Amino acid sequence: MMGRGLLGIEDLGREDIELILDTADHMKEIGERDVKKVPTLRGRTIINLFFEPSTRTRTSFEIAGKRLSADVVNFSPSDSSLSKSESILDTAKTLDAMDPDAVVVRHRVAGVPKRIADVLDAPVINAGDGAHEHPTQALLDLMTVVENKGRIDGLTVTIVGDIAHSRVARSNVYAFTKMGAEVRVAGPPTMMPVEVECLGVKAFTSLREALDGADVVMALRIQRERLAGSMLPSVREYSASFGIDRAKLRFAKDDAIVMHPGPVNRGVELSHDLTDHRPSVILDQVRNGVAMRMAVLYLLAGRKRSRTEEAS
Amino acid sequence: MARVLIRGGRVIDPAVDRDEMADVLIEDGHVVAVDAALDARDAEVVDASGCWVTPGFIDLHAHLREPGQEYKEDIASGGSAGAAGGFTSICCMANTDPVNDDPAVTEYILDRARHDSPVKILPIAAATKGLEGRVMTEMAALVEAGAVAFSDDGRTIMDSDMQRRVLEYSKMVGRPVSVHAEDLTLVRDGVVNEGPVSTRLGLPGNPSAAETINVSRDIHLAEITGGHLHIGHVSTAGAVALIREARVRGIHVTGEVTPHHLALTDAETMGYDTNTKMAPPLRSAADVAACIGGLADGTLDAIATDHAPHAVHEKEVEFTEAPPGVLGLETALPVVLGLVRDRHLSEAQLIASLTCNAARVFHLETGRLTRGAPGDVAVIDPERRWTYDPTKGYSKSRNSPWAGQEMIGRVVTTLVDGQVVYHVDRGVLRP
Repeated sequence: MMGRGLLGIEDLGREDIELILDTADHMKEIGERDVKKVPTLRGRTIINLFFEPSTRTRTSFEIAGKRLSADVVNFSPSDSSLSKSESILDTAKTLDAMDPDAVVVRHRVAGVPKRIADVLDAPVINAGDGAHEHPTQALLDLMTVVENKGRIDGLTVTIVGDIAHSRVARSNVYAFTKMGAEVRVAGPPTMMPVEVECLGVKAFTSLREALDGADVVMALRIQRERLAGSMLPSVREYSASFGIDRAKLRFAKDDAIVMHPGPVNRGVELSHDLTDHRPSVILDQVRNGVAMRMAVLYLLAGRKRSRTEEAS
Repeated sequence: MARVLIRGGRVIDPAVDRDEMADVLIEDGHVVAVDAALDARDAEVVDASGCWVTPGFIDLHAHLREPGQEYKEDIASGGSAGAAGGFTSICCMANTDPVNDDPAVTEYILDRARHDSPVKILPIAAATKGLEGRVMTEMAALVEAGAVAFSDDGRTIMDSDMQRRVLEYSKMVGRPVSVHAEDLTLVRDGVVNEGPVSTRLGLPGNPSAAETINVSRDIHLAEITGGHLHIGHVSTAGAVALIREARVRGIHVTGEVTPHHLALTDAETMGYDTNTKMAPPLRSAADVAACIGGLADGTLDAIATDHAPHAVHEKEVEFTEAPPGVLGLETALPVVLGLVRDRHLSEAQLIASLTCNAARVFHLETGRLTRGAPGDVAVIDPERRWTYDPTKGYSKSRNSPWAGQEMIGRVVTTLVDGQVVYHVDRGVLRP
C-alpha cells in the first residue's frame, strides 16, 4: 500500500498504519533535539504541489522534509480551472520530468492526487483533496490519541461538525475504525453525507447522545462560506447545538480529550477557553504533524529509486 | 437495377415478429423480399452466414458537434462511427454552435450529411431559441426543413410554463419533445450519483430525486397538454416507475435508456475516471436493474446512445470540471448484447429497442425489413470477440469507459439504402 504513495487511509491496512505510527515515534525524537536535522533524505527532492492555498499543512510538510535534509520545493500553481492555464496533469508531468522523489499534492477537488499519481513515477502524498481524504491529518490524530490515551482499540471517538464537506472526517473515520475504535459522527443533517453509515460509523444529530461515553471529541472547522448558505440558519444556532464548550463536554467521559484540525473558529465550533487549554490537545496535533509527515516522507521518498533503476 | 442479396443469415425483424433463417433482397435501395433461398442473379451478395440480419439501428440521441465543435466530432466522423456500430439513422441533438434553432442550421446539417455521412442524419431541433428556455423555436419551419423532434437536452427547461407551451405547440407539428429530465436546482454541482459512492469519493452528489421530480412534472404537463413527451436517457428506478404508471393512464410518454445506464453502476467512478462522468450520472445497481426491467416490459421504448464526444484535454481535468458524457455509437451493440446473454431480454426485444420501437417514437419509416422499406440493414456477428480501442475508432474523441475492454458481438456489415457503407474488414466506405 505504502509503496505507491499515500492517497488515502481507505487504502491502508492496519499493519501499514502501525508501521507509520512506529516510524513517527522515532521521528518525533529528532524534533526534540537541539539540532533538529538528520541526513536521512539528503539528495532527495520533495515537491509540495499545492493547488489550494494552505499555510499550515504546507509548512508542516516543508519542515518535515527539511528536518530529514531533503530539498523541498514549494510549487503553488494558480487554480487551473479558474485561470484556464495549464492542466493539472500537464503540471504534474512537468514536475515529474524534474525527477522528484516525492510529490505532495493538495487540491480543492476530490480525486486529483489519484489522477496525478496515475501518471507520475514519483510517489504521491495526498495533502488533502476536496471532501475526500487528508491522510496525514488522520495519522497525526491517531498518534496524538495514542500519546494521550495509550491505545486506540476500544475507544469511542466522536467527530462533530460538517462531515459532508470534510476530508479530515473521512480520513479519521477510516483511520480510527481500522485501528479498532468506535467512531461516531454528529452534526446537523444538512452537513451529514448521504448514507454515512456506509463508512462504518454511527450518525447522530444530538450532540449529547453522540458525546455520551466518548473518549475523544474531535471538532471540525465550519467553513464560513457555508454558514450563510442553505446548510445552516445561523452561526449562533450551530454554535448552540454543536459548538463544544466545557458544559457540553460533560456529556463525554471525564477524561475525554478534545481535538481540532485547525484553524479554529473560536466560539463557533470550539469555545475560546477550550481552544487554549486542556483537555484540548490541538498544539500536540500540530507538533505531531511534523513528526508524522517526516515518517511518511521517510517511508516514501527514502526508498530505493525508481523503476528505471530497479530495471537496470 | 441495383440488387443486393444478404444471404444465409438469421433475420430478426421484430416489426413483423420475424425471426428465421432467410435471405434479404434489396433493389434500388428498398427491401423487395425476405425469404429462404432467394434468387441471387445479378445481385451483389453479402454473406451473412452465422450472423443476425436486422434492420439498421436508429439512435434517438447523439451529439455530432457539427457545426461549431468539429474538434470533438463532425458529421463525417460521427456518421462513420454510427456505420461501424450498425446505426443507419442518427438523430443529432441541437446543442451545436450555432444552436440548431433555425431552419438554416437544420438545412446545413442535412446538407453536410448528404455529402459527408455514410448514414442518415436526422436533426433534432432546439425547443427554445438558443436553448435558453425563453422563446419557442419556429417548430413548423424546422419540421419543414427536416427536424424530427425538439429538445433543449441538457439545458432542461426549468420554467414549467415554458415547458407546457413547448409540449402544447409541438402537437401542431406532430413531433415529440425529448427532454433531459433533471431538476437543475436540485442537481446543483452534483457530479456523481448521490449515495455511498459520492459519500466515499467526497464528490458532490446528484440525487435520483432530481430526475424523478422532473419526469413527474413533465408527465403532468404531457397529461394536460396532450403533447408527446419523450424522456431521454432514463437513469433511475423512480423514473421508470413514473413512466410505467403514466402509460397505464394513457399519457403520451415514451422513454429511452443508454447502454451505459444499462450496463454500468456508479461504482465505476470509484477511481475518479472522468470517462465515467455522465449526465445523468451512473446510478446504483437497483436503478440499473429497474432500467433493464423497463426495457424488458416495454416501459422504455428505445436504447439510445447519448453519444457525447469530448476531446482528451477536456476530459483530463479535475472530476468536477470535466464535461459529462461518453462515446456510444461504436460500443452500443456489444454492450447491450450482454442483456441477451444474461437473459434479461430476448434477441427480438433487444433488436426492437434499437430499430422498430425507436422508429415509432420519432415517427420514422425505417427500423423494419418489410417489402418497400428502406434497405437499411445491420449484419451482426453476436459471438465475435474484439478489443475496443477508441484511438482506432471512427469518432474523433476517445472518451469511453470501455476503452481497452474485450467486447463480445460486433457489427460486420452495415447497409444504407441497399449500399454497403461499412464492413468490418474494409472499414467505412464513403458514399
